[in-house]
Amino acid sequence: MWGDTSIKLGNMFGAVAGFLGVLLLLFYLAGFARGRLSRRLAILLLLGPAVLLLLVGIVVPAVRTIYLSLFNEDSTKFLGGGNYTWAFGNSDIHQVLLNTLLWIVIAPILTTALGLVLALLVDRLRGQAVYKSLIFMPMAISFVGASIIWKFVYAYRDPSQPQIGLLSQICMWLGWHNPPNWILSHPLNNFLLMIIMIWVQTGFAMVVLSAAIKAIPEDVTEAAVLDGAQGWRLFANVTIPMIRSTIIVVLTTVMITTLKLFDIIRTMTGGNFGTQVLANEMYSQAFTEFNNGRAGALAVLLFLAVVPLVAYNVAMLRREREVR
Amino acid sequence: MATLTPTERKSPEPARAAPTRTGVRRALSSPLSTVAVLLVTVVWTVPSLGLLITSLRPQQDVAQTGWWDFFAHPHLTLANYHDVLFNGGFGVSDGLMPYLVNSIAITVPATIFPIVLASMAAYVLAWIPFKGSDTIFFVFFALQVVPLQMALVPLLQLFSGGAHIGGLTIFPAVGMGGSYAPVWIAHTMFAMPLAVFLLHNFIAQLPRDLIEAARVDGASHFRVFRSVVLPLATPALASFAIFQFLWVWNDLLVGLTFTGGAPESAPMPSRLAQLSGSFGDHWEILTAGAFVSVVIPLIVFFSLQRYFVRGLLAGSVKG
Repeated sequence: MWGDTSIKLGNMFGAVAGFLGVLLLLFYLAGFARGRLSRRLAILLLLGPAVLLLLVGIVVPAVRTIYLSLFNEDSTKFLGGGNYTWAFGNSDIHQVLLNTLLWIVIAPILTTALGLVLALLVDRLRGQAVYKSLIFMPMAISFVGASIIWKFVYAYRDPSQPQIGLLSQICMWLGWHNPPNWILSHPLNNFLLMIIMIWVQTGFAMVVLSAAIKAIPEDVTEAAVLDGAQGWRLFANVTIPMIRSTIIVVLTTVMITTLKLFDIIRTMTGGNFGTQVLANEMYSQAFTEFNNGRAGALAVLLFLAVVPLVAYNVAMLRREREVR
Repeated sequence: MATLTPTERKSPEPARAAPTRTGVRRALSSPLSTVAVLLVTVVWTVPSLGLLITSLRPQQDVAQTGWWDFFAHPHLTLANYHDVLFNGGFGVSDGLMPYLVNSIAITVPATIFPIVLASMAAYVLAWIPFKGSDTIFFVFFALQVVPLQMALVPLLQLFSGGAHIGGLTIFPAVGMGGSYAPVWIAHTMFAMPLAVFLLHNFIAQLPRDLIEAARVDGASHFRVFRSVVLPLATPALASFAIFQFLWVWNDLLVGLTFTGGAPESAPMPSRLAQLSGSFGDHWEILTAGAFVSVVIPLIVFFSLQRYFVRGLLAGSVKG
C-alpha cells in the first residue's frame, strides 16, 4: 500500500513540477522577444490557456448539453422538445420540481432570518468570537461530512431498544415513546434534510449581515434615536432598510447554493423516499439511467433557474458597493 | 461574493471591532439574548461532538448505546480509525487510506493550476489592454452563472473519447481509468471564471507606478508578472487558494463524475457518500471516516480563520 501511496504522491508532485517547469521555460524563451512581438506573445501565452480552458471546459460543453437535450438517450434520434415535455408531464419529476421549489424557498429564508437574529444578538456578547467561530464552523465541512453528522442524529432504532440517534432519544426523553423512522417519513424528511443546509449556511449569513450592521453610519442611528425610535421600531425602520441589499444578497446566494444541491440528497437518501431534487435527478438521469437527453433537459432547466438569481444577486452587490 | 481589493482591508470577520452602541443592540442585550445565542451555539455544536465521540468509542458500545452514554461509561479507543484507514473493516474491501491519498493528490494540483493560470490571465486583462479585452473579461465574469451540471456529460464524453473532426483528432482522449488528469483538468476549468474575476479585481488595483517603472526599466511582461505582480497579489492569491483548496477537498460532484468512484483515483467524499448508503449501520466506521475527511478543513479553518472567511465569502456563488 505504501508503494501505491508514493506513486500517487509522486504523480502529484510530478504534475505540479512539470506544469510550473513548462510555464517558466515558456516565460524564459518568450522574454527574448522584443517590440510588438513581445506584447503579442505576452497576451497569447498569459491569457491563452485560461481562454482555452473556458472554451473547452464550459462554453462548448454547455452548448452541447443544450444540443443533447433535444435528442433521445444515446443521442441518435431527434426529439425536439420531447425531453422538456417529459420533464413537465411526468409525475415523478413533478415531485422533484416541487421539492426543489420547497428547498429554494424555505431553506434560504430560514437561514437568512436566523443569521440576522444571531448577527443582532451576538455582537453584544462577551466571547462573541467563540460563538461566531462555532456557528461558522460547519461552513468548513463538506456537505457529505455534514450529511453523515446529521444522518447519525436522525438514526432510527426500534423504540424497544436503546436509541443511538439523538433526535429519537430527545423525543423519548420528552415523552414521545414512538418516534418515527425520520428519514423515511415523507414529507417530513424533506424538512429534516433542509436543516442540514441551514446548519451549514447560517454562519455565513450571520457573518455577512453582522458586517453590514456594523457598517451602518453612527449618525443615522443616532438621529433616529433622537427622534424617539427605539427597540423594535428602530430595528424595523432603520436597521432593516439600511441593510436591505445585503439581506437580499445573502438570500439569493443561499438560494443559488440550494438550487444546485446535490451532495446532501446523494448522501442522505440517494433521492429515495420522496426527497429527490433537480440536481440529483439530473445526475441520476445521466449516470444511472444513461439518458443524456433527459439529463441535458434537466441541466438546462437548472441553468434557466439560476440565471435570474445570479443576475439579481450581482446587481444588488453592485448597488450595495456604490452606496458604501 | 465580496470582491477582494487591495484597499479593502475591512475583514468580514469583525471579531475585534468594538461593539457599536446602537439602540437596537442595547434593546436586545438582555440576558435573554445571551441564552438564545448560547442555545443556538450548543445546537450547532452537539451534532459534531456526537460524531467525534462516536468515532472514538469501541464498536460494541456504539452498536448498543447512544453516544451520550459515553459520559457515564467513558471508554476510548483509536481502533475505529485504524480499521477505517487500513483494514476497511466489516466487509469493506479496502480502507479509506487510498481515498485519503487520492484526495491529497487531487486537491494540491487542482488548487495550484487554476491560481497560476487565472493570475496570468488576470494580469493581461488588467494591464495589457487590447482590442476585445473588455469583452473577454465580461465573458469570464458572465460564465460564473453556468452550473457545473451544464458541462458534466459533454466534458466526460470528451475526456473518455477525445474530440474528432472527420478523421482528425483535435483533442486526445485523456483516458479515464485510474488517472487524476480528468479531475485536475475539470476542477481547473470550473475554477477559471471565478478565479479570473476575483484576481482581476485585485491585480487591477495594484499601484500603476510600480508596474510602469518596471516596464520602463526594460522588464518584459513575463518578468513584471513574476517579480512585481505575483508578490504584491499574495493576499488575494492566499484567500483564493484557501477557498479553492476547500472547495476541491469537499467536492463530491466533480470527483464522483470524473473518477467514477474507483479506488485508484476517487477522493474521500465519493467513498463516504457510498459508505453512507451501504454501510449505514456501522456507525463507528462511518463516523471515523467522516472525521478523517473533516479534520483537514477544520485545521485550515481554525488556523487561518481570517483568510478563510474572506475566501469563502468571495467564492460563495461558485459551482
